[in-house]
Amino acid sequence: MSTQVKFLTKNFGQYDTSSIGSYMNIGGFEALRKAVNMNPEDICTMLTEAKIRGRGGAEYPLGRKWSQARAVRGENKVVICNADEGETTTFKDRELIKNDPFNLIEAMSIAGFVCGATDGFIYMRGEYACHRPLLLNAIRQARNYGFLGENILGKGFDFNIHLYSGGGAYVCGEGTALIRSIEGKAGRPRMKPPFIKVSGLFARPTCLNNVESLSLVPHLLQDKTTYMNCGTGESIGTKLISVAGNVNKPGVFEIPFGTTVREIIYNLAGGIQHDRNIQLIQFGGASGKVTDASILDTPYTYDDLRAAGVMVGSGGILVIDERTSVIDFLRMNQEFFSEESCGQCTPCREGNLHIKIILDKLAKGEANEQDIKTMTTIAKVMSMSSLCGLGETAQNSLLSAMKKFPQVFDLGGARA
Amino acid sequence: MNESQEMVKLTINNIPIEVPKGTKIMQAAKVLGIDIPHLCYHEDQRIKAHCRLCSVEVTGKKRLLAACSTEVWEGMDVHTDTQIVRDTQVSILQLMLANHHKDCLSCPRNQNCDLQRLCSRFNILKSNLPSVVKEVPRIETNPSIVRDPSKCIRCGRCIRACKDVQGIAALTYAGRSSDIVVTTAFNKPMEETDCILCGQCSLVCPTGAIVEKDDTQKVLDALQDNTKHVIVQVAPSVRVALGDAFGLEPGAIVTGQMVTALKLLGFDKVFDTNFGADLTIMEEGHEFLHRLNNGGVLPMMTSCSPGWVNYMEKHFPTCINHLSSAKSPMSMFGAIAKTYYAKQAGLKPQEIVTVSIMPCTAKKFEASRPEMGRDGYRDVDVVLTTRELIKLIKYVGLSIGQLPENDFDSPLGLSTGAGAIFGATGGVMEAALRTVYEKVTGKTLEKLEFMDVRGFEGIKEATVHLPGRDVHIAVAHTLKNARLIMEQVKKGTSPYDFIEIMACPGGCIGGGGQPIGTTNAIRKKRMAALYEIDKALPIRKSHENPDIQTLYQNFLGEPLGEKAHELLHTHYHQVDKPYTFN
Repeated sequence: MSTQVKFLTKNFGQYDTSSIGSYMNIGGFEALRKAVNMNPEDICTMLTEAKIRGRGGAEYPLGRKWSQARAVRGENKVVICNADEGETTTFKDRELIKNDPFNLIEAMSIAGFVCGATDGFIYMRGEYACHRPLLLNAIRQARNYGFLGENILGKGFDFNIHLYSGGGAYVCGEGTALIRSIEGKAGRPRMKPPFIKVSGLFARPTCLNNVESLSLVPHLLQDKTTYMNCGTGESIGTKLISVAGNVNKPGVFEIPFGTTVREIIYNLAGGIQHDRNIQLIQFGGASGKVTDASILDTPYTYDDLRAAGVMVGSGGILVIDERTSVIDFLRMNQEFFSEESCGQCTPCREGNLHIKIILDKLAKGEANEQDIKTMTTIAKVMSMSSLCGLGETAQNSLLSAMKKFPQVFDLGGARA
Repeated sequence: MNESQEMVKLTINNIPIEVPKGTKIMQAAKVLGIDIPHLCYHEDQRIKAHCRLCSVEVTGKKRLLAACSTEVWEGMDVHTDTQIVRDTQVSILQLMLANHHKDCLSCPRNQNCDLQRLCSRFNILKSNLPSVVKEVPRIETNPSIVRDPSKCIRCGRCIRACKDVQGIAALTYAGRSSDIVVTTAFNKPMEETDCILCGQCSLVCPTGAIVEKDDTQKVLDALQDNTKHVIVQVAPSVRVALGDAFGLEPGAIVTGQMVTALKLLGFDKVFDTNFGADLTIMEEGHEFLHRLNNGGVLPMMTSCSPGWVNYMEKHFPTCINHLSSAKSPMSMFGAIAKTYYAKQAGLKPQEIVTVSIMPCTAKKFEASRPEMGRDGYRDVDVVLTTRELIKLIKYVGLSIGQLPENDFDSPLGLSTGAGAIFGATGGVMEAALRTVYEKVTGKTLEKLEFMDVRGFEGIKEATVHLPGRDVHIAVAHTLKNARLIMEQVKKGTSPYDFIEIMACPGGCIGGGGQPIGTTNAIRKKRMAALYEIDKALPIRKSHENPDIQTLYQNFLGEPLGEKAHELLHTHYHQVDKPYTFN
């Protein structure tokens, strides 16, 4: 079995990304043509059959999300493409934008048609500014060809796409913060309800999707069979993953679900630099959980990873070799959240700060058992009570590391 | 109506309960007598769900839910007292404490602080985390409001009060993560921003991060100074708010007890701002008639609320000529005290110390305005808020509820029902109409109550039929509503002739200097109490106040006369802000 497939990435390098004609030559916008002649509900059903889960990290079923978006009553619905891609070690969406921009535009048009939306917004992370011209050009050409704008393909459906760049805050990947950011407000999450599907961007019903989730849809409409034949069990199809850290060939790979972690790290990513040992692996970016080399033979699927104590999340995989201690890794990860918390809610604002203080003490050998207890309590309280997903997941790495590497935190034995 | 309301059944701590659909967990628990701890939640504000202190466990949910923001659902099983809930409550308080200047003894909110109270409730005796508080000096650059950022717990209540109630947004969050602070635009002192010093922020702050400037020591010193004759005036709304702090029912009328307390505190004379209010009606009412009859600038707008005057000067400087030139009741009283009363009492103005007890932080600023005084002395020397008066009364160990009643002193202590209702939104207008109507028509008003201008509605309108002309009036409270009125005035499309505006919700009864814990429900009770005072008084029209009549006969001459103009009127001017967003 080949470890890499080309389904989502099959257009990569196949056309001139600045030319809609070139895209149409390889069958571009045929999926949209097909979609507008379908019953939108059937498209939702297809997505549900393909068991597509949101690729941004929350893993919410895409078919259900679109079906709900359709059902919400309200004027001027909005579809948002979350291209903020702020999770560390996650850079797969960039490849989709860079190599297949028209597919994303086509996907959003389809989403607009299915959800009954009039506007689409792409919220792209500030650091991807270099890809703005490419997307703006794609939007303009698609509008000129009637794939955006009024009465698309003569079907009486109007849809426009707007491109927004973020200011660089990680938290703006969170749905409500992203929406506030587009609205021109400070990008800080708000409480839910109201849920964005009912009252989102400018109080309009909003359906928010990750770049990869959206990008899958045109391909699936064109060639469902190939997708359904990939993967295993509940994890059908393919997944775009990004591998980073102490590997020889970091990069983005499209794999069928079910590929083992070993194949990913040792075949696709070329193994560990200088054949060192693996200290730990973090799945799903900074908010993801960590484990050790014992995971290598686990197949990369939603269920298998979960059973092994980690999650697919954003699709990022960070491999850390034996030169970095678990504590130093956690300090680095904590540094990130101490910077990126929005600061509104108490557990996340203050909790990150104190966990950082204790981890620093631990690294210097100055922590005591009470510190470990305090740190554990704060981490749990953060996960249980924070306002948004950032605070909820910020301590995933710490809490999972405490389970996987208990010896690192066991000061009782050492001091006795 | 209640029967048609859809009900939801749930259990809280295994106790079954039925509440209307849409109720939040926090309110449902309250029905059972369970007080779920909270800090950012405030009953009059939009829900923020920031502090997370009200997190509770709901069976079937992986994470805790915020009781302030989560609506109950059928079959919901809530637990407010499990291990994880307790851990969360204690941890959050500990986290707050670690980033809080903990010197409670030096804090103006000592023993009246939500954070302190909750720490006490959860038996948190000391902080278990290293202090991470950034020690920054208190910001005391204006006469009204003091900010102490090291006490701020970032709950956002002040931000909501400023933005949602007043529509000003002088305060906002800046920065992020543990660096997030509540501050002003460009970190300027409040008086240099859009802030109008109304103090609504200080009223909702759960800690000592925003407080009034404490002037109690000045008063204590003056009272001990034998060379000074210290007189005090008390605003109409203080007597219906003071009782709150002494365990009385909200809206309790404690006028007589308050007078006794002030006498026991050692004031030489205890006078009434209501007298000044009657005087204001005389001047403002005549000014309105003058403008009406002589093609003056209309609509005329009241000028007794200093927060409102500040707002006009900062936000609508081109419309200042719409403001009545009459000073506020407080400043009129002060001017009369230092002249007429001084003469009567055989004192030099500089021997008199005028203390004002006001529901207001902006009054401190008003008293400091250069316009409010002459010949080197001030109309009003010290302004204390209701909160500071409470401190003084407690300082000398008095309990308002147990004191005997006493009357105000003469000659500046006699007032009418018209003066009393100044403390509520619509009151100034009603008081003015009682006088204007009778002056214009020469007839006696049969029904004194102008019901159209009463109540808590944001903007009220009415038309009064005067001979030869209908007068269109409007009454607004909070500056968010004032802005709506002002946009019309600025454009020249205002349909009104006479407009009353009070900066604070409900008028002075809801002022920024009122007791901590003031809510809209309490404001309404105070409002009712003021109308009760009015109803019970023998004289209810300002121009019928015999002491006011004497004052004009013996000293001032005519309303709007030369003497009156010198003492009782003033000018306002544009205030520049050091920045602009245009």
